Amino acid sequence: MARAAIPGRLTWLPATVAATRAETATARTLVLDVDGWTRHVPGQHVDVRLTAPDGYTAYRSYSISSAPGPDRLEVTVQTVPDGEVSPYLVDVAEPGDQLEIRGPLGGWFVRRPGDPRPALLIGGGSGVAPLMSMVRAATAPTRLIYSTRSPSDALFTAELATAEAAGDSPVAVTHVYTRIAPPGWPTPPRRLDADTLARVTWPGAADVVAFVCGPTGFVETVADLLVATGHNPGNIRTERFGPSGG
Amino acid sequence: MAVITRGFGGRRRDDTDLPPGQYRTDDFPVLSAGPTPRIGLDAWELAVVTETGERSTWSWAEFTALPADEPTVDIHCVTHWSKFGTRWRGVSIDTLLADVETAAEYVVAHSYGGYTTNIPLEDLVDGQAWVAYEFDGEPLVPVHGGPARLLVPHLYFWKSAKWLRALELRLDDEPGFWETAGYHNYGDPWREQRYLAD
Repeated sequence: MARAAIPGRLTWLPATVAATRAETATARTLVLDVDGWTRHVPGQHVDVRLTAPDGYTAYRSYSISSAPGPDRLEVTVQTVPDGEVSPYLVDVAEPGDQLEIRGPLGGWFVRRPGDPRPALLIGGGSGVAPLMSMVRAATAPTRLIYSTRSPSDALFTAELATAEAAGDSPVAVTHVYTRIAPPGWPTPPRRLDADTLARVTWPGAADVVAFVCGPTGFVETVADLLVATGHNPGNIRTERFGPSGG
Repeated sequence: MAVITRGFGGRRRDDTDLPPGQYRTDDFPVLSAGPTPRIGLDAWELAVVTETGERSTWSWAEFTALPADEPTVDIHCVTHWSKFGTRWRGVSIDTLLADVETAAEYVVAHSYGGYTTNIPLEDLVDGQAWVAYEFDGEPLVPVHGGPARLLVPHLYFWKSAKWLRALELRLDDEPGFWETAGYHNYGDPWREQRYLAD
């Protein structure tokens, strides 16, 4: 029985997989068609519910990676080894399959449309997913630092390259490779450091809004670096992808 | 009509203690909204402030000299993970309020770094909540809320404010950080009160 809708209450909505896109060997974007989907704010996430034929259910939260729009959204999922839900979404789900979603969720790790402040986006690994929504919707100056182990671990590579290519693009992208850099890369692989941060961010960094998303250790390190390079702690917003049984 | 997800088997575990919509993890994921504040123990202070403005404070030495409990509790995060059997050491809120005169019904917990969360006072007393400063036999690390955090295991874990600085006793309810950002005002995991109107 469907429950009567309570005003303001977020209900579970059926979602149909419209398409899938492999992003790396272990990550995939699912394009979901959802009737009645409310336009999200970049940075928000959804709860996903999977129901097995015997009624068993599992729930996870995933960031929305697409730009805001009606009736359709995209989530980008990285397989968690030995996970319960992510391997299904990355390896099994096919166009036409159904699941349920609830959202959009989260009112803090968001970049509101029309916010004129420059934004520094810093993503580690699949933590770039909610930042990609911000990149895709960007109208104000936006600088993305994207840290991955190697080029083959990076999501959205081609799109990020074209996103900044347009002469009037508000988006600039800096890649950081921690283990393997591409051939001819000017620096050896290394972690994101204060020098790189200071080079990429704006002078007068205190007015910049920083969004940091990635594994816990990455977020901790980067948030500390941002504070050390003069960013206002109140303008640093973080979201963490802990190893949480995915 | 229930939506069935084709090809999804799932991994069943005998987790009868799981609230609805939760799954069990053995890790200790970290969730917070901004940078981790680092508070030196010599500068650390815990305050209880009543609705009339009366202030009780404890230095780190005074606080850790108070009688402590060692609760072992299950914790439930609104992002769907639950962790069973977590071991803490901390001071019961009953102990902190023992000499406090108040008619308050609500509490706002304030953190170093500016985070706030609101909880009815009746949910913090009678052995239901602590200010915890050890986890698993070790000092509580900053990333998990050290030097000391609120521990209210029967509500979703965002109510267990990290880096606790003060408990403000109030006559009226004042929604906190997540409570004004779309999350439920009370947050009972067993009634699955995750979001605003759940």
